[in-house]
This record gives sequence, C-alpha cells and structure tokens, in this order.
Amino acid sequence: MEFVIASLVGLLMSASIYLMLSKKLVRVLMGIAILGNSVNLLIFTGGRITRSVPPFIPEGSYLPLEQTANPLPQALVLTAIVISFSFLAYFLVLGYRAYQELGTDDVLEMRVAEPKGDEKPPLGY
Amino acid sequence: MPFSGVEATFWAMLAPFVAAVLAPMLTQKLKHNAAWVLAAVPALIFVHFLSLVSSVAAGQTHTLGLEWVPTYGVTFSIYLDGLSTLFALLISGIGAFVVLYAGGYLKGHPQQGRFFSFLFLFMGSMLGVVLADNLITLFIFWELTSITSFLLIGFDNLRTASRRSAVQALVVTGSGGMALLAGFLLIGMAGGSMEMSEILASGDVLRDSGLYGAIFILVCLGAFTKSAQFPFHFWLPNAMEAPTPVSAYLHSATMVKAGVYLLMRLNPVLGDTALWTTVLPIFGGLTLLAGVIIGIRQTDLKLMLAYTTVASLGLLVMLTGASNTVAIKGAVLYLVAHSLFKGSLFMMAGTIDHEAGTRDITKLGGLRNAMPITFAAAVLAALSMAGLPPFLGFIAKEILYDGAYGTVGSGYLISLAALCGNILMFALAAAVALKPFMGEKVETPKHAHEGPILLWAGPITLAVSGLLLGLFAAHAGYFFINPMVSAVDGGTYGKELYLIPKHLNMALLMSVLTIALGIFAYLRIDTLRELVGRALTAIGWGPDRGFDQLMDGLVITSDKFIRTVQTGSMVTYMRACFIAVALMLFVPMMTTGNWPTFEGFQNLTFYEWAFVILAVIGLYAVITAKNRVTGIVSLGITGFSVAVIYTLFGAPDLSLTQFMVETLSVVILALVMTRLDLKPKDVRSKEDRVIDGVIAGSVGLGFAMLLMSVVSLPFDATLPEFFTQFSYSIAHGRNLVNVILVDFRGFDTIGEIAVVMVAGLAVLALIRVRAKKAQPKPEVEVMKEVAE
Repeated sequence: MEFVIASLVGLLMSASIYLMLSKKLVRVLMGIAILGNSVNLLIFTGGRITRSVPPFIPEGSYLPLEQTANPLPQALVLTAIVISFSFLAYFLVLGYRAYQELGTDDVLEMRVAEPKGDEKPPLGY
Repeated sequence: MPFSGVEATFWAMLAPFVAAVLAPMLTQKLKHNAAWVLAAVPALIFVHFLSLVSSVAAGQTHTLGLEWVPTYGVTFSIYLDGLSTLFALLISGIGAFVVLYAGGYLKGHPQQGRFFSFLFLFMGSMLGVVLADNLITLFIFWELTSITSFLLIGFDNLRTASRRSAVQALVVTGSGGMALLAGFLLIGMAGGSMEMSEILASGDVLRDSGLYGAIFILVCLGAFTKSAQFPFHFWLPNAMEAPTPVSAYLHSATMVKAGVYLLMRLNPVLGDTALWTTVLPIFGGLTLLAGVIIGIRQTDLKLMLAYTTVASLGLLVMLTGASNTVAIKGAVLYLVAHSLFKGSLFMMAGTIDHEAGTRDITKLGGLRNAMPITFAAAVLAALSMAGLPPFLGFIAKEILYDGAYGTVGSGYLISLAALCGNILMFALAAAVALKPFMGEKVETPKHAHEGPILLWAGPITLAVSGLLLGLFAAHAGYFFINPMVSAVDGGTYGKELYLIPKHLNMALLMSVLTIALGIFAYLRIDTLRELVGRALTAIGWGPDRGFDQLMDGLVITSDKFIRTVQTGSMVTYMRACFIAVALMLFVPMMTTGNWPTFEGFQNLTFYEWAFVILAVIGLYAVITAKNRVTGIVSLGITGFSVAVIYTLFGAPDLSLTQFMVETLSVVILALVMTRLDLKPKDVRSKEDRVIDGVIAGSVGLGFAMLLMSVVSLPFDATLPEFFTQFSYSIAHGRNLVNVILVDFRGFDTIGEIAVVMVAGLAVLALIRVRAKKAQPKPEVEVMKEVAE
C-alpha cells in the first residue's frame, strides 16, 4: 500500500510544480499549498505506514499494548503542517500586496528587481 | 624579543605598520613637520640592517621564524643574506628620504596623513617581500605591495586618469601575483619545502623536476608583471599619475625591483637552464630597447624617467638571465646604482614641478641660478646614470658590459642590446639633468626658486651616495655587492671591486662608444624624438590601449553573460531549479541501477482507494479550474482527503491538525482572492504547458520512485522504539506524538512557534505598510509636527 501513497505523493508533487510554473499568481499560490501536503505525506510515508493503532499508551500501562504506528514522522509532520500553513498565509498576503503595488498577477511582469531594458554596462574607470 | 641583534629584525618589520597607524594623528598635530619624526622610523630600520652588514659580509646567513598557520606549513620566517640585507637597506634608506620629501611635496595637502600611512604600509610590505623566508608569507607581502601601490597611484582619486592607472597597475600586478602563487605552490610540491632557505639548499631538485617548465613560466609571469617587463611594461609609465614621492620610491627604487629580486633570489635553483638563459634575455632586451626608444619620445620629465626605469628593469632581467657571475655582479651593481640615481632624479623632477609649475622639458630652461642645490643633485645623479667615472653607475656599466660580452652563446646580442640601451639612456640622462637648468631662462607658470630643505635633502643625499660608493668601491664591494652576488649566484664571491679598470678590455671600449654616441644622441634628441614619435603614431595600437579593450571586453562579455543567465524571468529560474532537482533524483538511480522494484497496488481497502482517488480528482479539478471558487474548493478536497489518509494510517493528531489548517487555508484563500480580481485561468501557450508538464511530471515521478526505494529498504526502528519505551517512564505522557513534540524534541517546537510568530509579524507588517501609504497624513498634522 506504500506504493499507492508514494504514487499519490508523486502526483501531488507534479501538480504543485505544474501550478507553480504557470505564470499566474493565484495558481502559483495554490501550487505552494499543494506542495506542503505532498512533502508532509512524503515524510509520513517514509516512516512506513501501517493500519495499526495510533501511538497511545493506555491507562495503567507503561508501554503500548500492541504494535502502534511510528510516532516520529507524525511529530515531524505535525510541525511541518503548522509551518507550511504559516508560510502559505505569508505568501498569500505577499502575493496580495504584490498585486496591489505592481498592478499585475503575472510573475513575468513583476520585474522590479531585474528591470527590462537595454542599459549599457558601465565602461571606463 | 630583544631590541638589538638579528632578533630585532621582527621589530624592524613591524615598525612601518605601527608608523602607518600613528602617521595620520601625528600629521594632524605637526602638519608637514611630522615628516621629520616619521623619517626616524625608516632611519632606525636602516641602522638596524647596517649593524647586520658585517656579519652578512663575513658569509653568515640568518634564518629566524615563528609559526603562523602550522597546519598548512605557513611560518612567519625571515631569511637574511646578502640579497635581502641590501634590499632592506635600500628600502629603509631611500624610504627615510622619501618620507622627508613627501613632507615637503604634499605640504598643506588635506590628506597628507593618509598619504604617509599608505607609504608606511608599503614600506612594511616591501620589507616583508625581501625578508620573508616562507613562500606563502612572501606571496602575501607581494600582494600587499600591489595593493598599497594601487592606493598610492590612486591617491588623487578625483581624477579619472589617476583611477585608471591605479586599476591598471592592480590588475596587471595582481594577476601576475596569482600566477606567482601557483608557481610557489608548484615549487613547494617539487622541492618539498615552502622555506626559501631550504629550497636554495636543494641544488638541482627544481631544475630536474618535471614541473620545471610550469614553475618557470608562472614565476616569470609574476616577476615580469611586477617589474614591468615587455609586454606588461605599460602600467609603469601610467603609474606616474601618483604623487612624485611615490614615483621615486615605489616605481623606480623599490617595488618594481621586486620582480628582479625574485628572479635573482631563485637564480641559484631555477637559473642556468636553456629556458632561463633564452627567455629572460629576450624579454629583458626587448624591454630595455622599448623603454629607451619610447622614453626618447617623451617631453614630460617624469615620463622620461619612467621609461628609463622600464629600460633599466629590462637590463636587470637580461643580465639575470645571462646567469653568469660577472653579468650578475653587473646587475647587482646596476640595481644599487639605479635605485640611488633614479630615486634622486625623480625627486628632482618633482621639485621642479613643485617650484616651477611644470615638468615639460620644452617649457623649462635656465633654472640653474634659481635652484642650485636641485641642479647639483640632478647633475650628480645623471652622471651616475650616464655611467661616468667616478660614480657607482660607471663601475656598474663596466662590469655589466664585461658580463654581457662574456655570456656564452648570446654574448654579442646581449652586448649589442646593452650598448644601444645605454647610449639612449646616456642621452636621456643628459636631457633630464641639463635641459631644465641650462640655456636661456624660460618663463614658467610659477616663479621658480629653490625648494625647502625637505625637498632637496633626499635628492642630494642619494646622488652623493652614488658618488661615495663609487669612490670607496672596495668597501662597497666587500660589504654590499659581493655578499649579494654570492646570494644570487649561489656560492661565495670574493673578488675585489675597483673604480679604475685594471686593463683595457672590450668593456672599456664599449664604454667609450656609449659616451661618444650618447653625446651625439643628446645633441640630436629633438630629431630623434620626432622620428620615434612618428613611428609610434604609425603603429598606433599598443598594450596600453589593449588593456582598455580587454577591460571593456570583460565588462561587455560579463554583461552579456548575466543577461543570458539571468533573464529576469521567474519561470526560467524555476524551470532551471526543478530540472536540477529531477536530475538529482534520476542520475543516481541511473548510474547505480538502483531502480525501485515495483510491487503493485495491492492490499488497499476500497475506502482507502476512495480517498486516494478523491485526492487525485481534487488535484485534477485544481489544475483545470476556470474560476477561483472552483479552484479553492478543489484545493480543499485534496487537503481533506490527505487528512483522512492520515487517520486511516494511525495518525489522528495529524489528521486533526490537517483538518484545521486546511479549513483555515480555504477561508484565507477565499478572503484574499475574492478581494482581488485574480483569474486562476491557465494562460500558458500549449508549448509551455507541455514543457512545464514534462518537468513537473519528472520531478513527481522522481520523488515517487525515491519514496518507493526508501520504503522497500529494511526499517531501522531504533528511534520509534526509544520513544515508545520511554514516553511514559521518563516524560510521563501517554500520547507519544505529543510527548515527542513538547518533550523529546521540545526545541524543534520552539523553533516552529518562532516561525509562526515571525510569519504573523511579517503579515502584519505587510498590511500595516499599506495602511500608512493609503492614508496620507492631513496637511494640518504635518504642519503641527514641523512646528514642534
């Protein structure tokens, strides 16, 4: 069953990159949202997946009674989900503000840092 | 460390750097008179090295050192023999007078303190070059002299010509320095040591090494660029943009001799091979002739002197290349004589410029009564330069003719080059020393009169030293010349030095020829100047213009390169990144053949399949979404499906978080996007879609295969087992995931919270910035603030 999830990870990844490469800001942002999901699922699956019970220790016991799911990737992914969410929120506002300031939602037209033009390089001393 | 004896050399090397730090403050207090105090530093250094002369003359060499970077075998070590001691004497002795001269020359200049500082930095670096035993230390000081030379040439940084010359000197000598570093490293590899003293004792090891050719070329590149050998000679005349004390000190007496120093230093281990005795005389000879011929054309006193410096350096390289003892003795004598007379003549030229307001030889004349001391210095120095008895220059010329003529094989050619060079040098010396002072008095821009003592002390002392060393030739030979010849030639040289030639020989005949033809050339100098001028105009292009073309070409090429690589298109950058990622994923699998084994899609219950398929449908819908609501909702579908998958595989915590985050994401996305008129429609051309699809597909496939490979490997359960075992017993928690988050890996969680906080602050800042801009303050409020 890991192979199915692995394929799903690949599909999520492809879709997110395909969206990020499109020039429109909205699609880029949606691509970033999917990328988070894809990477989280990658880490989760990398720690092996089982249908076994969640990693809890029942009352009155020092150890789980049976084999549980691997808790470590879950902890990592939990952190990652929160972080990718805060980044998504930041990117959303950034995109929103960029659209307001630059008046475009096309990444090819956002050229404040690298303006178009045939400026000659500075020669002389 | 003691303050006297050989050990004190460390203090002597440190002193200029200390003076460089103190000079600006001192100059602020004492104005130009600070020169008197500052000149004491090189004077003391001079005395120190003078005290070592007798032991060096007796044949002793001193090595002392301390470890600097022991891991790489870099030591701060000093090697004192005849060669380095004489150089140190020249650097400190001439340095003292140059400091005095600079005090008078830049009197009242607002940046005089800075100038002194640079000058002392250079003095310290140059001492380092000649005293360093370790090759890496030598290289560092070598580059420091290039940098200080850059600072001094560009001292008058408001003028374009000054800046150009500074950059030119730095580029030429700096790139030579790079070659030299490579050469030094090869010497270290071939010779097994980075210490000069050990390399010099290694005999034929370097000459027999397979790396000899490479070492030779790299060392020559370093030496030729530094010592302005053809075709790198052009930077030296341009360096005359620097104030005259710099021209006198760096660009005639000391720094430009560093290349000659290096060749002389390595002569015992690299010299006397077919390569050495061919390449060095050819380049040296060409430099000599090019220098004097272009020099004849000049009318600017400093440029005339600069070109004769180029010529002299060529002569020195040519003689070093001749590699026989007499030629080397001639080179050593000429080097000392040249430092004295050229330093003196440069200062003389500067004094004329300073007092008369011009240094164009055609606009000067009859200054002998107005500037008698300067005139005397000029004549004394020029006599040495012309090679007339009883000056040191005469002895040097005799012996170098002798050595050149005696060179096996190419003796005639070398002699002829030396003869032609010296004839024109004679004419130039006469022109420089006589033209401004003799003849009718010419009106000059400034009313000319003798300069202050600071200006004439240096030239007259240096010129007189040239005379004294000639008169006391035997002593000069024993204490200074012979130890240096021994060091350069390898071995012990003890022949006495005479002022008067013992017998008639070829050299004397050549001397007579030099003087006769030199006088003739001097009388015809205007005709010669015109002839050379016409010839050079006919040629037109030269390495100097070539340098500009090279620099422009460099800038234009790099500009084109940048414009090709950095197109400013985000999509191109991202494509490049993702292609790189895909390559990183596939290339290892291809080269190692470790493809994942495909095990099929079995073992999935139908509800698991359902959610996987739901996620895929969501993805498809996002990609094909025509309007934003569809896009956002589809994004939500995918996210929620992933959340359910977490639940199905034993991760309820993840699932809960994912549900919450996904809900929030959808809400925020909806909020932002409904405020903006953004179309999620795909606007790419069909071609672009195919390219992007292939890139995206490859990366996705790559990650899927990577994951498949990972999960088919055996699982190392050490960590999960550790957490499971100690979760309750140590951390007293029953939810393992929570325990890991807040206890075992608590710092990770702190980091995570910090990221969330920073992101929140950044969002806030982004919104705030806009709020300020959107509502400009009413004018009344601004007025109020101004009033307050």
